[in-house]
Amino acid sequence: MLTLDGVSKVYRVGTFGGKSLVAVNDVSFDVGDSEVVSLIGESGSGKTTIGKMILHLTSISSGAIRFNGVDVSRLNGRARKEYYRHVQGVFQDPFSSYNPIFKADRIFRTIREEFFPKIDSHEWNEKIDSSMRAVGLNPDEVLNKFPHQLSGGQLQRFLIARALLLDVQFLVADEIISMLDASTRVGVLNLLAELKSRGLSILFITHDLSLGYYISQKSVILYRGCVVEMGPTEQVYHHPLHPYTKMLMACVPRLGMKWECGEIEVTNPNVKQPDLPSGCAYYDRCPVAGNKRDCSTSPSLVEVEPGHFVACWRQTKQES
Amino acid sequence: MSLQVKDLTVYYQTLKGDVHALESTTFGIADGEIMGLAGESGCGKTTLGQSLIFLHPPMKLIKGGVTLDNKELPIGDMERMNNFRFKKVSIIPQYAMNAMNPTRKIGKMVADLLKSRNVDFKSLLPELKRRLDLVKLSYDVLNMYPIELSGGMKQRMVMVLSTMLNPSLLIADEITSALDVSSQKAVSEMLVQFRDRGYCKSVIVITHDISVLYQIADTILIMYAGQLAEKAPTDVIVHSSQHPYTKMLISTLPEVGVRYVDKQLAGIPGGPPLLLKPPVGCRFRERCPLAFEKCLEKPPFVETEKDHFVACWKAGT
Repeated sequence: MLTLDGVSKVYRVGTFGGKSLVAVNDVSFDVGDSEVVSLIGESGSGKTTIGKMILHLTSISSGAIRFNGVDVSRLNGRARKEYYRHVQGVFQDPFSSYNPIFKADRIFRTIREEFFPKIDSHEWNEKIDSSMRAVGLNPDEVLNKFPHQLSGGQLQRFLIARALLLDVQFLVADEIISMLDASTRVGVLNLLAELKSRGLSILFITHDLSLGYYISQKSVILYRGCVVEMGPTEQVYHHPLHPYTKMLMACVPRLGMKWECGEIEVTNPNVKQPDLPSGCAYYDRCPVAGNKRDCSTSPSLVEVEPGHFVACWRQTKQES
Repeated sequence: MSLQVKDLTVYYQTLKGDVHALESTTFGIADGEIMGLAGESGCGKTTLGQSLIFLHPPMKLIKGGVTLDNKELPIGDMERMNNFRFKKVSIIPQYAMNAMNPTRKIGKMVADLLKSRNVDFKSLLPELKRRLDLVKLSYDVLNMYPIELSGGMKQRMVMVLSTMLNPSLLIADEITSALDVSSQKAVSEMLVQFRDRGYCKSVIVITHDISVLYQIADTILIMYAGQLAEKAPTDVIVHSSQHPYTKMLISTLPEVGVRYVDKQLAGIPGGPPLLLKPPVGCRFRERCPLAFEKCLEKPPFVETEKDHFVACWKAGT
């Protein structure tokens, strides 16, 4: 349904924009019909930037994003609006997604003004009613309230209901449950899974590996803007091949399993930006990095199992 | 017992009346114990942490007392508390970025802070460097502004800063919530090391992430709507808890190995009660599947087994 093809994002930083910072580096993956793909990475890995590029909130430096085969990365005006009928996003902080001065259902009115100017009120109210029920809210309880009168979980459902008012086929869910409590987050998570079974495709952006495992069919692991590993969720979680993925899996706190007491090793990712744009992004933290020559060219994604890709010279070496 | 909290009740004063944020909490922490404090947002866990060190308006101490190392802690008295803050009781606040002065270099700020407590910075410098080594920070950070550090580095710096004077009690408020899994692990392991090396005697770790607590805490205290629900050693809380709220809270945690298609997790229906006019009796009653008539009466926080405290009429039956 949605295909990213060599998408990159370069920011100009420094005084007068003299330096460039590659936030997303040549990322390619696709999301199929009614599929949940989780995009996992630590902060600063570019996962939100990818979501923003899909939603046109930030421009693309190079590459293309195709939606049902059509390149949508440089849409403008009417065509872009038409695109928003099918692709919508929900973001991390439900409290700052609303204007606190107005009632929460104002977000529905703006949708009506922009996308359905000709619809009559009765039909519109029915539409709101059905999409509210679809996200498990009782319209009588939550309509006509201010954002502070609703809970985080309710507000987040509200935003999903707003997306459903349009004929949405693709949802970018950017850390939508990180701010919610344990007791409410499962409800929103199950809602996403239910929407998926109705044919919605979801890009689930998260840093929480267990949430990604719970819901997605496919996982994409990002590190410093590069895809280091992607494949079916079960294979990525149970047979991680890239050293970075292995490290992540070992760090997840799990109930019933204590961390193995190892050396505390934090090479901070933000300390050294690699000077050369080439080379494996993970080189300076990698425990199995080979000599400089091997790892100084960027490894490309190689398919090691059907559907399971990894970008590491070690893997390709072993294969050959 | 290092810390003994007795019948502590703290309300927030608002124009609409008192918000009963903390109601008759009684518990103790042993020397060298790391106690995890968990619960939903708004359950009063941060209020409890704050009231042990900085009980400021609109918070108001209604009743109760705290003893630390057999000495009374004057938590209600702002002035007298100053002798204890940072020396005996210290806190790592929720957002490390807000905890540091953005206009001062970190080394300078540490010096200012120590001077305000009449401690000589120069004599503590070797110790400071030793601790920076322990948390894998280079000495250069002392010459940097907070903005130059990443979130994980700031968090580690604040940890070193808060424990500089070897406090008896360290309150760590949501120190891992904003961090990535890899720095989360490093920071929590460092916290355990701090305890092992005696930089702080006992620790309260406030978090909503029980799976992190499982890794580092000796005991876990679960709160619900301003009241204590259960306190027990970590393994007991996770595997054989007695309070229905604890059981439900633990069953809602998604884990690696659980998938929507195989096993659908259930949330806890409903939401916590408003604390402005809290319901009488057990506050979990509305959402509890086991509730019966007796729950209209507030259940006492009693020890059902050794070191296992529960506030539920159905516990132990």
